[in-house]
Amino acid sequence: MSAPAAAPLPADQPALLLRWRLPLLAAVLATLPWIAPSQALAVNILIYGLYATGFNLLFGYTGLLSFGHAAFLGAGAYGTGIALARLGIGWFGAIAIGVAASGVLAVLIGALSIRSRGIYFSMVTLALAQLVYYIAFQADDWTGGENGLRGLTVSRLRVGPFALDFLNPVVKYYVIFGFVVAALWALSRVLNAPFGAAIEAIRENEGRALACGFDVRRMKLVAFALSGLVCGLAGALDALHLSIVPIDTLYYQTSGLAVMMALLGGAGTFLGPFIGAAIFLLIEDTFSLWTSHWQLFVGAIFILAVLFLPRGVWGSLIAWHQGRRA
Amino acid sequence: MNSTATDPGRRAVLGGGLAALAAPALLLRAARAADEPIRIGFPTPLTGPFGAEAKDQVRCASLAVAQFNAAGGLNGRMAELLVRDDKLNPGEAATRTLELIEQDHVACIVGSLSSSVQLAVNEVTKARGMLYVSISQSDTITEASDFGRTTFHEALNPHMTAGAVARYVFRPGMKVAILLADYAYGNEMAAGFRRAAAAMGGVEIVLEQKHPFGAADYSTFLPRLRSVKPDVVCICNFGRDQANSIKQAVDFGIKRLARIVVPVLLYNQRLAGSADAFEGVVGGANYYWTIEDRVASAKAFNDAYRAANNGAVPSDYGAYGYSGVRLMLEAMRRAGGVAPDAVIRELEGAHYDTCKGPETMRACDHQAIQSVLILESKAKSAMTSPADLFTVLATEEGKDANLRSCADLGHKT
Amino acid sequence: MQLDLIAVQLFTGVALGAVFVLLSIGLSVIFGMLGVVNFAHGAFYMTGAYAGVFCLAVTGNFWFALAAVPLLIGALGLGVERFLIRPLYGRGPDYPLLLTFGLGYVLVEAVRILFGTDGMPFDTPSLLAGGIDIEGLGYFPAYRLFVIAVTALILLLLWLLLERTRYGLIIRAGARDPEILSILGLDIARVWLLVFGLGTGLAALAGLLAAPMRSVNPEMGVAVLVEAFVVTVIGGMGSLLGGAIAGLLVGIVVSLTALWMPQMSTISMFALMTLVLLIRPQGLFGRGLSR
Repeated sequence: MSAPAAAPLPADQPALLLRWRLPLLAAVLATLPWIAPSQALAVNILIYGLYATGFNLLFGYTGLLSFGHAAFLGAGAYGTGIALARLGIGWFGAIAIGVAASGVLAVLIGALSIRSRGIYFSMVTLALAQLVYYIAFQADDWTGGENGLRGLTVSRLRVGPFALDFLNPVVKYYVIFGFVVAALWALSRVLNAPFGAAIEAIRENEGRALACGFDVRRMKLVAFALSGLVCGLAGALDALHLSIVPIDTLYYQTSGLAVMMALLGGAGTFLGPFIGAAIFLLIEDTFSLWTSHWQLFVGAIFILAVLFLPRGVWGSLIAWHQGRRA
Repeated sequence: MNSTATDPGRRAVLGGGLAALAAPALLLRAARAADEPIRIGFPTPLTGPFGAEAKDQVRCASLAVAQFNAAGGLNGRMAELLVRDDKLNPGEAATRTLELIEQDHVACIVGSLSSSVQLAVNEVTKARGMLYVSISQSDTITEASDFGRTTFHEALNPHMTAGAVARYVFRPGMKVAILLADYAYGNEMAAGFRRAAAAMGGVEIVLEQKHPFGAADYSTFLPRLRSVKPDVVCICNFGRDQANSIKQAVDFGIKRLARIVVPVLLYNQRLAGSADAFEGVVGGANYYWTIEDRVASAKAFNDAYRAANNGAVPSDYGAYGYSGVRLMLEAMRRAGGVAPDAVIRELEGAHYDTCKGPETMRACDHQAIQSVLILESKAKSAMTSPADLFTVLATEEGKDANLRSCADLGHKT
Repeated sequence: MQLDLIAVQLFTGVALGAVFVLLSIGLSVIFGMLGVVNFAHGAFYMTGAYAGVFCLAVTGNFWFALAAVPLLIGALGLGVERFLIRPLYGRGPDYPLLLTFGLGYVLVEAVRILFGTDGMPFDTPSLLAGGIDIEGLGYFPAYRLFVIAVTALILLLLWLLLERTRYGLIIRAGARDPEILSILGLDIARVWLLVFGLGTGLAALAGLLAAPMRSVNPEMGVAVLVEAFVVTVIGGMGSLLGGAIAGLLVGIVVSLTALWMPQMSTISMFALMTLVLLIRPQGLFGRGLSR
């Protein structure tokens, strides 16, 4: 369902932007620690930007609205956290374990949920993700249950002959920045490859894609797995960043967050979800310093954005730019 | 790889080109002058179900800061409270704590209002050698696996409160049923009742009914609770879970069969719940304003609070906010500075009286040994003012024997 | 297992289910007719409870509140549909979803500003306090019996409205094919407006009925929203009968799991939903894969 019909296709985007979208984002993000109100918030923008981008692969590009992506963020975070805290594995191996766990979970949830369509698809993903939440809640020997997983503080990163002080916020930011940019680069390559065109064909018209000879089910499953891997990496980085894994990571509201961030920035655009995540977190941070009624403003901004910026902030900017050129 | 903050070479091993990028932050840190104010980071859930408690914590913490400054501060150095909304969310709390440490360069953190949130703050502070006074209940935070040498637990813990209530209510020959929320804190409270029952002997626990954490409807758990015909029902959950389960227990006629007791009876949650439902419920508390009749420090605290808040009285969690901040500031004053090692030396084993009578900060696990009040909720007709909610039935004075021993908690003694 | 325990447990399940039924029918009607996934439904439920607190404070009469609250919040729903949701028709279901999500935030925060963050007591009306003790069968709180009765009455009225009135005919036709209705010269916009008002009114009624059982607080709609979605999906989105049956089914399943596997009682409804959707992807009474 629910591909934002009005969202511009990447192919229609200015070619210049298409080529430079990643360097552009990387350049902005490189200066973020000095622009954002705090470095901790800047790291959150990186992580949630990646999370929303991974979600958007499935939503904006393939047209599948999942309400269960918290499961993948959580699987990445818990996978990494458990590897660090319980199994004593090094940080790099722990990230790999987190990402792999999330990928496996995505294939499982994907295989079950792509059987249904439309709003039912959304609800199956929601239900399965809630199952994961309750399992993690119950398995407190491994996950710490409601108290959350602790004991995974990484204070030093060994990289070959060097050791980085990971407690230093600037070092932490750039390490996570490296991972995020690498993941975005890989994702950008995938979307520019024939696979990217194929999943967009599914979004535009599933029946036609099927008639054209695409293996729609497999394409959807691969998109699901890729989306899970990206969100899993975001989760793994979140565990390293916060040095805890809260059980709330898996709660359905975290899934909703991805939907909101993607729509706010512009679903179906490459940079939109990242921008949406940044705007969302900045608004929340700024307003919650002013007033304990910050949710009033966040809610009102959503309503206004839906009414007046239907393609999201970035999507509308692109549309405006195209309109001027035409 | 899981090295801790005590790792000696941490800062020395900063590697590669990242050193240059990190330089501005290090410069900022070096620029911190000794005559800057003492900043106290105060994460508390201003939004969410405990907003009223949080706002009272802020009022009380501000009062402690104002009194410290009025008394000349630390050799003229003033204190300043930086309040942050943790939204009752551990991830949010960890982020805010990182900001307070990295951006605001606080001297210590005081605050939090739930088990999971304080453990999140604790994880961040202990890795960075940051002083932290935790002011909400948890048994876990003082156990060896979560213990941090810079962390001090000023709040009561479930073992102490449930134990005190059990010692007051339980009698040999009684049949006890326990309704508990299925998460760490619920289990800790239930364990407190269980241990106290075992120590007393002759008390039979006839049912332990678990319910999912944060349920809105408890009716599905009540028929079985009723069917075992208990003399006492211990409800081991917190906040809204508590108010809802008490109300529904009353609906199902359980209060007419048995005495309902809770480990913690909260001032603001009682206000939000109904007087009729709570009438006769017995529970523990760290503070209730009427102890001013016999405790001088409570009188002084109440009077200062009344003067600053149009005659209102402080709540139990508010008192934690006051006592946590005051404990830390006084230790800093005694230590003559804010260096963690010196402040820790002042706090370990300290005897102090901030607002509720004598307390001792146990050296081995940093748990405050203190009194537990046993309260009973009043009938609506017996209330003489809107703040007159409880009768103080008894006070169990703090003693080491009522706590789990440090060996039990896994500390080397 | 004693028989009396199972009897009471079934009863609590039905009482629990009654609230689910009222909630999910409102959600389901709005989705079936308007194609709107209403994420503010939980907030309307909460607003209903607070409107009840307000009515009770002003008049002191529970029965007045029972009549006034659905109308009051239904009217709020009319305003929301007219001014916020109507501009979004034809833009795909994501936009109403995002808008109602934002609206939920605004409603919750507005209530916090007006009534405080702490929640409020809501006493059971004195006429319905107490309960009926049936020897050998168990204790049944009177208020819960009342909730079950009100829900049954509402279901009957809705059925009469839909099956026996001209308006019901239009609503049913509109759910099948709104275009034909417009071609026939009927004002479909007005039907949608009223249906949205009806749905929010039902949510408010559910909130008011739940208030004496669960007390009132600004966050009371959060968990309820997901539960309502689960019930609606099990029953089949857009199906009134499905909503009613699934509501009772979920109530009973939750209640019986609470008896035998208490920790699993919350998870049980999600397990049930997964099971149902694997066998019937459109829900028990859903109309195939039309959407």
